[in-house]
Amino acid sequence: MSVLVYTESENGKFKKNAHEVASYAYEVAKQLGTTAIALSINATDVEGLGEFGISKVLNVSNDCLKTFNAKAFANVIGQAAETESAKVIILSSSADTKFLAPILTAQLKAGYVPNVVSAPESTSPFKVKRTVFSNKGFASTEISSEIKIIGVSNNAFGSAENKTTVAVESFDPNIGEDSFTTKSLEIDKVVGKATIADADIVVSGGRGLKGPENWGMIEELAEVLGAATACSKPVSDLGWRPHGEHVGQTGKPVASNLYIAIGISGAIQHLAGVSSSKVKVVINTDPEAPFFKAADYGVVGDAFEVVPKLIEKLKEFKAQNA
Amino acid sequence: MKILVCLSNVPDTTSKINFTDGDTKFDTNGVQFVINPNDEFGLTRAMWFKEKQGATVHVATVGEASTEPTIRKALAIGADEAIRINAVPSDGFFVAEQLAEIVKSGAYDLVIAGRESIDYNGGMVPGILATLLGMNFVNTCISLEIEGNNATVTREIDGGKEKLTTTLPLVIGGQKGLVAESDLRIPNMRGIMMARQKKLNVVEPVSSNNVTADVKFEKPAPKGKVTLVDAENIDELINLLHNEAKVI
Repeated sequence: MSVLVYTESENGKFKKNAHEVASYAYEVAKQLGTTAIALSINATDVEGLGEFGISKVLNVSNDCLKTFNAKAFANVIGQAAETESAKVIILSSSADTKFLAPILTAQLKAGYVPNVVSAPESTSPFKVKRTVFSNKGFASTEISSEIKIIGVSNNAFGSAENKTTVAVESFDPNIGEDSFTTKSLEIDKVVGKATIADADIVVSGGRGLKGPENWGMIEELAEVLGAATACSKPVSDLGWRPHGEHVGQTGKPVASNLYIAIGISGAIQHLAGVSSSKVKVVINTDPEAPFFKAADYGVVGDAFEVVPKLIEKLKEFKAQNA
Repeated sequence: MKILVCLSNVPDTTSKINFTDGDTKFDTNGVQFVINPNDEFGLTRAMWFKEKQGATVHVATVGEASTEPTIRKALAIGADEAIRINAVPSDGFFVAEQLAEIVKSGAYDLVIAGRESIDYNGGMVPGILATLLGMNFVNTCISLEIEGNNATVTREIDGGKEKLTTTLPLVIGGQKGLVAESDLRIPNMRGIMMARQKKLNVVEPVSSNNVTADVKFEKPAPKGKVTLVDAENIDELINLLHNEAKVI
């Protein structure tokens, strides 16, 4: 019995969440008195996982798995779990992993709990804390199946260094043609820019910015901070910004370290979606805007005056602290 | 083409969330229930297939009799028939197994569900359903075109989108983008009248064991007071973010 963690990679490099889920797997393994084993698909530098408590890596190197395919990846994780008799499987909350998780769940007849925010509350019964009602609440959820799958929320548990000697074994899964009944035609992805899913900082604009032509300063602020850009629901519904930037209850959740809301009043659905962010800053002309009740820091003022000043001051700050 | 749209009956997005019975149950008192937004985008896309490609559209919900107003709304929007599986949707695996029975017996070509319900956010029902039945599956769909037996689907990925091709039978985990917010339909009087005549079949659940159970709920800790910074003193904001919050 061991704990298996799928450490996701992209173009051969581990994603930011890989270290977080590895750290989580180590914590669960420790609680269960066993070891944490990572499954890596086409990543290099797998030894680095030893920094986060992984004692063994099943290393898959296979050209058929160059492009993500949910069914094929789920099959590979399932085979790794079987090989290692893993009873607990740890996954991230990325779009790809949330795609493969239910497939794996059905294949293994497992109990799957996503959006988990902390280490298990107990292992007998196996109980974890997760967000529910789109971050408006938490639930303690018991998993009673033999195999348990946990989806760890982004930026909730964090990475913890635990230097461990790591053994790397090459793993050669059986990949059938029937896994590829869904084929990727084209991937359209921003490169070299932070995404809402894994950015440390997210800069978000609302209707207070008056029109899409005013987004230049939002993008500039994001660039200075190395942040991802986002927007409120009305802004995406009006077509000012692409739907992929919509954050909130029916859009994407945000769990960044810093969330800066500019010209967003803070409807309950928006606040729910961004509530997992650690520090929130609001800039708004209306001191009565509900966002001021949910924020850590606030500036009452006109975005068109405050934001350019903030950009200028941040540039000076960055130059001094470079 | 025979389409099944899976609906979840959820609290309206503006709802304040409270818990009751020693924090073991969601407090439905004063809560307005609606079609899960992610499902409604899918239902509206299904209406397009009905009107443009002659598809038949059924809707299914796992829920008690109290969910019927939500189901009637889907019929008023234009679904042809509804099925209610008479059970509390106690966990994702359970719901998927119930829906699998309906899909099998109804021989549906396309199943459209939301990528997740906005109440328990499990995000697993469409994927488990597809896998149990050996159907193709695409999650977080933002566009869907069907031609004959072939489907072209775009899904949202972190930081972008991916275009995929697959074949029916297919299960979709949908979201906003399948149709735009402005395409959503408010039932009109004629639709509401017609919905009363449409079939709403109630079936009993098949036996299935839950694998997860929510044993206790809690609300997020109340937020501390906001620290206001003068608009003329942006240096102070940077100082606080750097030295106090340590986020820049």
